[in-house]
Amino acid sequence: MMIVLNGEPREVRAETLAELLTECRLSGRVATAVNEEFVPSGLRIAQKLNDGDRVEVVAPMQGG
Amino acid sequence: MKAFYGTQLPNPLMLGTAQYPSPAILEQAFRDSGAGVATVSLRRESGAGQTFWQMIRELGVLILPNTAGCHTVKEAVTTAHMAREVFDTRWIKLELIGQTDSLQPDVFQLVEAARILTEDGFQVFPYTTDDLIVGERLLAAGCEVLMPWGAPIGSGRGLNNEYALRAMRAEFPDVPLVIDAGIGLPSHAAQAMELGYDAVLLNTAVARAGYPAAMAKAMMLAIEAGQLSYQADPIEARDMAEPSTPVIGKAFLS
Repeated sequence: MMIVLNGEPREVRAETLAELLTECRLSGRVATAVNEEFVPSGLRIAQKLNDGDRVEVVAPMQGG
Repeated sequence: MKAFYGTQLPNPLMLGTAQYPSPAILEQAFRDSGAGVATVSLRRESGAGQTFWQMIRELGVLILPNTAGCHTVKEAVTTAHMAREVFDTRWIKLELIGQTDSLQPDVFQLVEAARILTEDGFQVFPYTTDDLIVGERLLAAGCEVLMPWGAPIGSGRGLNNEYALRAMRAEFPDVPLVIDAGIGLPSHAAQAMELGYDAVLLNTAVARAGYPAAMAKAMMLAIEAGQLSYQADPIEARDMAEPSTPVIGKAFLS
């Protein structure tokens, strides 16, 4: 299916958010949101993805 | 020093982690200054995030994540939730930007987001203006810390409205107050502490200095001097001279 990952359209096989992170090798300390809603790490396995979903995966970064 | 949500800061310097020439210089700035709190953010994962996180953890400082760049309550609340999970802290520096040129906080949305986040169990550090009524509303929304701006973010102008900041200190004597943004020089940071502020949060003035580690240390020295000065109860300024050397007993020689 086609999703938008961090603003980039992407064809993926993953059906859940957890599978998406594995497929895209996004490991380590990250936080996730689907369609602008926060998805806690414990719920990623249960979070089904649908065609056109907007997924955000963020990590620690410099800030002021 | 007042506690910030029950936590005693090791010292009053909160230092940002952005815009340094290199990670090594960032690390040096923290080590040379001894800053006890680091502000951080969240951005789309591009691979660099994990290395950065490792370095910050090794600094052994308190972490204050921000919601920099958020323009709506929803965006800020979602970002705060993500930050709580990633950084494993209830602290959040709540920034709700209302205007692009000045990066002035949108105080109406700020109060709303602060209320929601407090109800969600966050300990909110709101980046606000020096408006007293907004300060009252933020406290009523559950904030136990206020962070008024000295001047616009990154401007280095110092304390634009000392009168208002002084009034804020007088209005909220028991609330931890932090000057957040606008500091350019150590003298500005010292001035903030001389007014009785509890801490100073700065980033650009150090990170963009020619020698960031040296400037970070200069900021810490100035902050300590300002803090000590406030505790020492300084004299009032006066218009006319007053001889400091005793007049009585002077030899009659003319």
